[in-house]
Amino acid sequence: MAAALMDFDKALELYEPVLGFEVHVELNTKTKMFSAAPNSFGREPNTDLAPVDLGLPGSMPVVNEQAVRYSISLGLALGCSIAASSRFARKNYFYPDLGKNYQISQYDEPIAYEGQVEVELADGTLVQIPIERAHMEEDAGKLTHVGGAAGRIQGAAYSLVDYNRAGVPLVEIVTKPIFGAEHGAPELAAAYVRTIRDIVLSLGISDARMERGNLRCDANVSLRPRGQEKLGTRTETKNVNSMRSVERAVRYEIRRQAAILAAGGTITQETRHWHEDTGVTSPGRPKSDADDYRYFPEPDLLPVVPAPELIEQLRAALPEPPATRRRRLKAEWGFTDLEFQDIANGGVLAEVEQTIAAGAAPTAARKWWTGEIARLANAADRETSELVEPAAVAELQKLVDAGTLTDKLARQVLEGMVAGEGTPQEIVDARGLAVVSDDGALIAAIDEALAAQPDVLAKIRDGKVQAAGAVIGAVMKAMRGQADAARVRELILERAAQ
Amino acid sequence: MSDIIRLSAAALADRLAAGDISSVEATQAHLDRIAAVDGDIHAFLHVNEKALDAAADIDRRRAAGEQLGTLAGVPLAIKDVLVTTDMPSTSGSKILEGYLSPFDATVVARSRAAGMVPLGKTNMDEFAMGSSTEHSAYGPTHNPWDLERIPGGSGGGSAAAVAAFEAPLALGSDTGGSIRQPAHVTGTVGMKPTYGGVSRYGAIALASSLDQVGPVTRTVLDAGLLHDVIGGHDPHDSTSLTDAWPSFAAAAREGATGEVLKGLKIGVVTELPDSGFQPGVAASFRDALDRLQAHGAEIVEISAPHFEYGVAAYYLILPAEASSNLAKFDSVRFGMRVDVAGGTVEDVMAATRDVGFGEEVKRRVILGTYALSAGYYDAYYGSAQKVRTLIQRDFDTAFGQVDVIATPSAPTTAFKIGEKIDDPLQMYLNDLTTIPANLAGVPGISIPSGLADDDGLPVGIQFLAPARADARLYRVGAATEALLVDAWGGPLLDRAPVLNERSRTMQEGSR
Amino acid sequence: MSEITPELVRHLGVLARIQLSDAEVERLTGQLDVIVDNIAKVSQVATPDVPATSHPIALENVFRPDEIGQTLTHEQALSNAPDAADGRFRVTAILGEEQ
Ligand SMILES: [Mg+2]
Ligand SMILES: [Zn+2]
Repeated sequence: MAAALMDFDKALELYEPVLGFEVHVELNTKTKMFSAAPNSFGREPNTDLAPVDLGLPGSMPVVNEQAVRYSISLGLALGCSIAASSRFARKNYFYPDLGKNYQISQYDEPIAYEGQVEVELADGTLVQIPIERAHMEEDAGKLTHVGGAAGRIQGAAYSLVDYNRAGVPLVEIVTKPIFGAEHGAPELAAAYVRTIRDIVLSLGISDARMERGNLRCDANVSLRPRGQEKLGTRTETKNVNSMRSVERAVRYEIRRQAAILAAGGTITQETRHWHEDTGVTSPGRPKSDADDYRYFPEPDLLPVVPAPELIEQLRAALPEPPATRRRRLKAEWGFTDLEFQDIANGGVLAEVEQTIAAGAAPTAARKWWTGEIARLANAADRETSELVEPAAVAELQKLVDAGTLTDKLARQVLEGMVAGEGTPQEIVDARGLAVVSDDGALIAAIDEALAAQPDVLAKIRDGKVQAAGAVIGAVMKAMRGQADAARVRELILERAAQ
Repeated sequence: MSDIIRLSAAALADRLAAGDISSVEATQAHLDRIAAVDGDIHAFLHVNEKALDAAADIDRRRAAGEQLGTLAGVPLAIKDVLVTTDMPSTSGSKILEGYLSPFDATVVARSRAAGMVPLGKTNMDEFAMGSSTEHSAYGPTHNPWDLERIPGGSGGGSAAAVAAFEAPLALGSDTGGSIRQPAHVTGTVGMKPTYGGVSRYGAIALASSLDQVGPVTRTVLDAGLLHDVIGGHDPHDSTSLTDAWPSFAAAAREGATGEVLKGLKIGVVTELPDSGFQPGVAASFRDALDRLQAHGAEIVEISAPHFEYGVAAYYLILPAEASSNLAKFDSVRFGMRVDVAGGTVEDVMAATRDVGFGEEVKRRVILGTYALSAGYYDAYYGSAQKVRTLIQRDFDTAFGQVDVIATPSAPTTAFKIGEKIDDPLQMYLNDLTTIPANLAGVPGISIPSGLADDDGLPVGIQFLAPARADARLYRVGAATEALLVDAWGGPLLDRAPVLNERSRTMQEGSR
Repeated sequence: MSEITPELVRHLGVLARIQLSDAEVERLTGQLDVIVDNIAKVSQVATPDVPATSHPIALENVFRPDEIGQTLTHEQALSNAPDAADGRFRVTAILGEEQ
């Protein structure tokens, strides 16, 4: 299925990439968009359902007020205008994950429209992303394909449907076409998604965990020959569920489309699917007349007419915009440009902030997230931000600060945390990793080591203090690393003096 | 025939409260009547096996001195469009054969809470699409006045059940006249409340912006009593009104004195030409108006220039909304599944919907899909929504001049089964006078106005009032009813032919 | 005359997921043609200055508090399923891709 690809720089020489994004954000309300069933994750299939989530005959939707407030807040944070009157519409299409065979969404009157989001690139460049609209809708259920290769839809014998996710509140954020990204297009894509993630996290309206599908990005890419006015045909790549993938998928589409265009071919307007494993996109359904969603105003629901006071109240409660926030945090934490870019580019700003809020020093928090956690994430091919909880990292650092753990032991505890073995303290207890602070045990080990190396003891007594190093090594080995080397050194000098 | 079954619900409720009759006796009498005549009428799709248990429970509670609702112990027939936990709910369709809902429709739950005894589920045109009940997947219902004729539709089962004394009361639903037109052709009373006045939760949706649940009865007072039970705000239905409603039974009682007719301004629509109506229907209507006038009402000609577009708008809005509402019947979560060897889920869905839906349903779903599809929306669905605005304006203007509007409830008396089934357009024109109320959301009631002199079949007069003025319809309806019943020397249904009772199991006239 | 053709009816059948036989397509084409001719007259009076009415009784801002309410039991949810496995609804192979 591997398509011919053009070299990226060559592609950019010939064509201008035009981007567009549709990001779906799952809101973390207690209940669903249109029913009082729990908005849950990871529960037994088909357990968190109200009649309307299954489209049962006679069931009816009722709008979750909190979801509306969250949507307005998000709209405001995206710099959008909030519609004086907004309404729901039915998007009609048959698919087994849709309980009603229509999705309640918004069409001609979205809750928020015409906004702008500032995105910062690695080199500090600020790019304005124009937002067309943000609208409220409901999520679909989950399909599991059985009998085909690797759970793929192709060749599956049958599929199983779990509707627990059906009706979970979504906000879909749609950008206008984005011009001028040029070589930075792939990076901009990831930076945009990261910015949306930062915004919804700072608003506290979504868990924003991409691996759980809380945040999903569809990336639209088209190319137009240099100097041409008319936009090229675009593809919409779906199923891009990490920031790294967004970047890779955009780069791939640019290279793929460029190869086709340069060979005199035409781009098919279609949805494409991103394959995380192989790093390629493959065609989905072609966009055709069959995509006739027959939108019409949802007759079971009434217009949402937000009171101006409510909008102002929510506006006043908005967190600061990401770029402002970055400038403030950088100053507060006292980092250099380089140190701060490490954090921002690592996509762990929120994590570092939360770790500091939970009690860790800025330098320690930065060191964890851009160092060891990033290394483990890289090795596991996962998102750094998704590896561990910031509060747990702060707890880990507390153990280091208290002398319970050395840096080396702390790294072992971190591995346990990533492996899901529990809280830092639980892992310390379970693995018996704490620094031995019982002097008695240390002294016994030191005396034994000194007795085994009388020449070293003599040197120390002669004032050659650096000779203690050899004993320290032996003691640490005997303590299986669980000792504070500085304390061991102190004790060696004490014992030698006796 | 037991005289229990001929009692109005109000009279039966009084006898139950007084302890003259037990609910078990009343329920048994109606079950016997169903057993005796429903073979010919076919009003019921399902008879409640637990009806006597529910009745016995009410009797026990009454004996224990519990304070019960006015209609406690009174049997109730339920249109099959309403979902019930203890009886199948099919909406007249094969695709839902045997479907058991995990929840009760709000109106059913409220009826149960009021102590009413569900007798069974009544027949209807499939998914309430029709005006004759011939489109039921389970066979037609027959009009008790003439078994060869239709009982109206879509709620022909509920109307025929009360007209044939198989139930004192029934629940119906009215999307374009499905309560009022059956009342018209069966000599009974049917009330479509203000849109949002009665919860739609648990009513299998046909056209969500038009559907309304309401009472089907033999008297106006009975309709008011039932409306008092089922009406009022329901948080499960977003379109449910939060208004505090007056007692409609009280309004009916007050209206029965006839006082309300003094100076009452009754509007008659000039654009509804006599020529569009069967002569016997037009004559009955004029006769009723004359009597009302003689008792102090003033007849005022009003103009409603957009009513003539009502049928067209209705047959765009209804199929459009229905095409979406009926998409849920796809063989995945409930209902029929037709397997297709080697077929994909798309094939299975399409085959199931081909086999599971009747002809009229397919016709309307395809029509609605067309009306909503890209490129046609503005011309069809969008325009139809504008006609709604124009009809609302017609009503607003009219109600600036009159208290109520009166029309014949339908253009003709009951036609013969099979007569119009191959001519959908003719069938659609049946709803000419009832549709404007659904499009505008205003309440409407149909009460018997007499028998057509050309064929001797029942005719109804429809009154319409402004939105939220349902109580006015109960007052005017009860006054008109009192006047006419007095003139006739008894209820119109007394003149219905005696039905052949096939199997009597219950002792005759036990009281 | 309206523009109802057999091809259009067949396409509508696909959109509405109803497997129409050739005979059905033919019959529906004729019937819908007559019906559409009659209902198309709505556009005569639906001038641009007339606002559309979606809801007969105008209401707005009807909301539900974000509180967990009654849910279906797992058994209730699956009780009417034509086919189920592993606590989920089972359907035969899906041809098209997700939306
Ligand atoms: Mg989209
Ligand atoms: Zn969406």
